[in-house]
Amino acid sequence: MELKTPLYDEHVSLKGKIVPFAGYLLPVQYEGVIKEHLAVRQACGLFDVSHMGEITFKGETATQSLNHLLTNDYSKMSLGKVRYSPMCYEDGGTVDDLLVYKFAEDYYYIVVNASNRHKDFAHMKENILEGTVIEDISDSVAQVALQGPRAKEVMLELLPEESIPAKYYTAIEHVDIEGMDCMISFTGYTGENGYEIYTANENVVKLWRLLLEKGEKYGLIPCGLGARDTLRLEAAMPLYGHELSETISPVEAALDFAIKLDKEEFIGKEALIKVKERGEEMLTRVGLGIIDKGVLREHQDIYLNDELIGHTTSGTYSPLLQTSIAMALVPVKYSALDTVVEVDVRGRRLKAKIINLPFYTKK
Amino acid sequence: MFKNPEELKYAKTHEWLKEEDGVYVIGLTDFAQDALGDVVFVNLPAVDDEVKAGESLGDIESVKAVSDVFSPVTGRVVEVNEEVVDDPALVNTDPYAAWLIKVADVTEFEELLDAAAYAEHCEQEG
Repeated sequence: MELKTPLYDEHVSLKGKIVPFAGYLLPVQYEGVIKEHLAVRQACGLFDVSHMGEITFKGETATQSLNHLLTNDYSKMSLGKVRYSPMCYEDGGTVDDLLVYKFAEDYYYIVVNASNRHKDFAHMKENILEGTVIEDISDSVAQVALQGPRAKEVMLELLPEESIPAKYYTAIEHVDIEGMDCMISFTGYTGENGYEIYTANENVVKLWRLLLEKGEKYGLIPCGLGARDTLRLEAAMPLYGHELSETISPVEAALDFAIKLDKEEFIGKEALIKVKERGEEMLTRVGLGIIDKGVLREHQDIYLNDELIGHTTSGTYSPLLQTSIAMALVPVKYSALDTVVEVDVRGRRLKAKIINLPFYTKK
Repeated sequence: MFKNPEELKYAKTHEWLKEEDGVYVIGLTDFAQDALGDVVFVNLPAVDDEVKAGESLGDIESVKAVSDVFSPVTGRVVEVNEEVVDDPALVNTDPYAAWLIKVADVTEFEELLDAAAYAEHCEQEG
């Protein structure tokens, strides 16, 4: 059975097209994916992301526990910062990818993918050090994402400048928005500037309506999961279950910026070093741009001179570039830019070219 | 609610069919275009290709997903709507003007519904 987020009735009254996703009933679109996508690129959009999971790490060994569990390094991190990391199994496969917010030397706030929340919590529980207490608070936390070049102007309608996180990947733990206690971070999953706002379930309908009302003059519209996916794909952000999985390591997903192999130890380190030792044979994430007419989708086979060399992990039509793009896993030896490959699109072999990631970078 | 012109026949798989002097015009219904969302690409057969009743005649891609288009008739393709190939969004703006293919030498039909029966069928699919 699918759960409803506290904003479910809002989505229905805004005529959102509701679909099951990660155990929740969420809108895939309201008026149309292309319109919503372009609103975020050109003005701003509002997403319900209340399905995301939140887990707190507390205690004097919280930092060490994170360093043991995650591939990124948390030993030097200022308060109020946010840092992304994959989380691996001993064999190098990926448990999940997540965001870590630091609010005190002994208090971190972790945001995980909805579909992995229970698995993550169990894995964390099993591997934390003595002196770390973790709690899954997902069920009491709602979250909305306000994304786009005009997001800050919308926030300024509600808050003074100093209450809005000023730098990318920073957060403010307690901000009062009309009596509602909110946590605000300068983060997002769209490739644009924007904010993710966390608050208690009982506040979020008021917060959602307030943002839509104040944002109207800046072009703010509600956006669904469809646009969330096309936006993150243009920005080449990985999605668990696609670019990362229990069989796809973060090394293969080309997330080296978040893998600190010079750390003394972390779960999966030895395995990730072994993956790297495959060298030219190792799979790596690349971008594909279609040459022929058609739309690339996930799990399509990729051929080079009739040899099966890999498969797509995500694919779509890019509303901004007005052509089809995909991310794919191919061996390093075939990953050179401008390599022309063929993708099996429902029985048709369509030509595509390996191109730079991300497909889109904000100005 | 969805528009279903009275003069057309409908397949349960959400294609419409219209006869013009022995040639059958095939398109997608309003219900189908709404379910698909923004249409960005159509892959249609070529002139002189055979299509078979109840079988896929091509596919249609929206931003979200790809769907088969099923042929309501068996016959020979005599015309393809190049305007829709060049501008697939026409399927969204006016699905009953944006026909996909025209078929002649028709020998077989899928089960077809009139507008009222088709509206009921859509309601059941939700």
